[in-house]
Formats: sequence, structure tokens, C-alpha cells
Amino acid sequence: MTTFSRDQLFAILGTVPDPEVPVISVVELGIVRDAHQREDGGVEVTITPTYSGCPAMFEIERDVISALEAAGATSVEVKTVLSPAWTTDWIPESAREKLRKYGIAPPGRADDGGLVTLVRAKPPVQCPWCGSRNTSLKSEFGSTACKAIHVCKDCKQPFDEFKAI
Amino acid sequence: MAELEGEAGGIAAGEAKAGVGNVAGARRAAFAAPLVEYFLRLGDDRLILGHRMSEWTGHGPILEEDIATANIALDLIGQAAQLLKLAGETEGKGRDENALAYFRDGTLFRNCLLVELPRGDFGHSMVRQFFFDAHSVLLLDEFTRCGHAQLAAIAAKALKEDKYHLRHSSEWVVRLGDGTAESHARVQASVDRLWPYTGEMFVTDEIDVAAQAAGITVDVAGIKSRWDSLVNDVFARATLVRPADGAMQQGGRRGRHTEHIGHLLATMQSVARAHPGATW
Repeated sequence: MTTFSRDQLFAILGTVPDPEVPVISVVELGIVRDAHQREDGGVEVTITPTYSGCPAMFEIERDVISALEAAGATSVEVKTVLSPAWTTDWIPESAREKLRKYGIAPPGRADDGGLVTLVRAKPPVQCPWCGSRNTSLKSEFGSTACKAIHVCKDCKQPFDEFKAI
Repeated sequence: MAELEGEAGGIAAGEAKAGVGNVAGARRAAFAAPLVEYFLRLGDDRLILGHRMSEWTGHGPILEEDIATANIALDLIGQAAQLLKLAGETEGKGRDENALAYFRDGTLFRNCLLVELPRGDFGHSMVRQFFFDAHSVLLLDEFTRCGHAQLAAIAAKALKEDKYHLRHSSEWVVRLGDGTAESHARVQASVDRLWPYTGEMFVTDEIDVAAQAAGITVDVAGIKSRWDSLVNDVFARATLVRPADGAMQQGGRRGRHTEHIGHLLATMQSVARAHPGATW
């Protein structure tokens, strides 16, 4: 039986890319909440969904299992928890830089200032291509559940923003 | 009202009344335990509205809205899956979220009538969505503080999503209401047609009382008052006239639906029923 420390398990999971934003890992995304080896040698991973209907969750579960099995783990079990609810505030600065380089503006702070915010009060998002803040929001719903669409008025490029939630 | 109250008593009694050898008894027997009924109401609202929203996929007025409506549908159906899973687990008879979504007939659905009405034009869908979102955000916020841990967890997640939905739908109500003469007239007509279906969101009965025993206490009067303010605020900016509160349509919570639920389910359930147990 191969033994794994928590750090080793997280290191393996750190190689599993998010299926929709492959430039960051499922660990950097903050959806891996826990990983440990049980006394019987099996490995238990706890994940939390980004959005209630995120269709990538099944794929993520499968990718997590195959990465751990490739590293020698057996009886991998993936559990899903909802609480605490996932927030983009868990994405570390190093991963935000990767998003920016990939062309996705990283999320701002998740706190949006109240229960009912009928008008988006956030300042314009910085263009990940040219760095300009002369940008405008096109839609708060983008190519995946976790993204919004903006357009840069300087370099004229449309770009995704990782939505703060 | 007397008839409704009497029937609500029948629901609360749930399966205790099963086996009564007459038509009314058989009908009552179709009701699940009160807490299961409570979760079915929440799950079915989101499943049916999510399906209605998904009908816009490929038919949105502009590309961004095609994407937005598909995203909103996905959120709602994801929330429904979690709530129906909870209903199935609470029931304890081995029914999962798929069994509840795809293998119940119309009279066993517990959604409010508002969400099953046909989608109409884009403005009509946005008005309906706004009425629902405004209520949902306020309700989910209360659930995050309730004494039922699983419901609180589902709500905390769903609330983050619904806040985005509410901003989206309310923006469209303002844009179309305060838009051209044509858009104003059409969206005002939608408001007038949908208004009699808003009351059912605020009706309470024995099921709500029973949910309190599970730690689910909701200040319905408080939600109604905040919902009223929200609607008034958005209507003022949209230059829309709020209809007078007359008799409100209801029945969905007890399985008495409009004709539209059957057509909707015929589409939504067709694949699962044609290939039961299929996996891919």
C-alpha cells in the first residue's frame, strides 16, 4: 500500500486542471476542500461545486480519481459538500496571475455590497490583454457559468472576467 | 378559503390518510410527508422555471441573452437537483433527483403556477423571472439562517446565483418598460397577465407550519413587504403600472395545475421515459 500525506495528495491534485479553465488546477480554483488517506488505505477527496448546476463537476470527479490512481492510490472516493459555499475569494494571487495571462480577468472581491444590488456598482474591470480600465460590461453571463463578458474600448478586444461570487 | 384550508389539512396529514376508500382519500394519499412536500415545492419551482428558461437556448433575441438564459436555466436546474435530492433523501424511499424530475406526472408536481406558464415573448419571460427572482433572493436569504443545515447549505450557494439572476431580470424589466412605446406596451401587458399568479408565492399552509418543526422558519410577511418594495422600485424606474391585487390564481402547490404543465413535462421527460435507466 502506498502511503500519502495530505501535502502529497494536494500536490497530485494540483496537477488536475479545471476542465473549463485549464490554466489553473482544481486546487487553485478552491474546489478541493480536503484530501486524506483513510486507515484502510483508501483515499478520500472532498470537493465543492462552483455553481449549483456546474456541468464540469462530473468530469472533475473523474479527473481527480484518475490522477490519484495514476499516482498509485486505490479506492479513491470523491465526496461533494455544499458548505461553506464556494467563493472566488479562495483563488490565490498566483492563480489570478495565470488567469490574467490566459486572457481572463481575475475576479474582484466577492462581497457585492448587499442582498439586493439591482445596479452593478463595481468599477470597470481591467483588460487582461492591454491593461486598460476603459472597459465595459457586456453581460454578466458568459461562456461558462463562472464568467462574465466585457469589452475593452482601447484595444477593442472582448474578454472574459472570472465572475466574483 | 374554507375549501383551501380544509384541503391543506389533508395534505399535512399526509400518508396518515392513505387507504381511505374513496376518491378524495386516494387523492390525499398522493401527498408525501409534510417536509418532503416542502422540499418538492422548492425544487419543482426551480426545475420548471429552469426548463422554461432553457427553451430560450438558441432562440434568444441577441447572442448575449442566448448565453444568459442558458446560464440561468443551468443554475436553476442545478438548484432543483439539489433540492429534489434532499426531498428524496427526506422521503427515504429510494427516489433520487432524477426519479423525482422525470418519473412524476403533472398532478404530483408542486411548483407554483407562475413558473409553468408558457414563456411568451422575451419581455414576458423577463417579467416572470423578475417576480420569481425577487422572491427567491429574499427567501433563500432567510433559509441561510434557518435551523435545517442541508437546506441552509443549498440556499447559501443558490443565493449567490440568484442575486445575479435578479440583477439581470430587473435590468430587462427597466429597459423594456422604459424603452420604446412598443416594448413598454408589451411588457406592461405581461405584467398585467402575470400579476394574478404572483400571490401563490406568498401563500402559507400546513406544510409551512410543519416545516417549522424541522427548523425552517420563514418570515413570509416580511418577505412580502420587501418584495412589494422591490417591485415598486423597479416598476417606478421602468415606468410600469403595478396592477391592483385582485383574486390570485393558485393550486400548483397541491398538484392542481394549468394545462401547460402536461405539455412541458411531455417535452422535459420524454428522453428519460423513452430510455429509462439509460446512462452515458
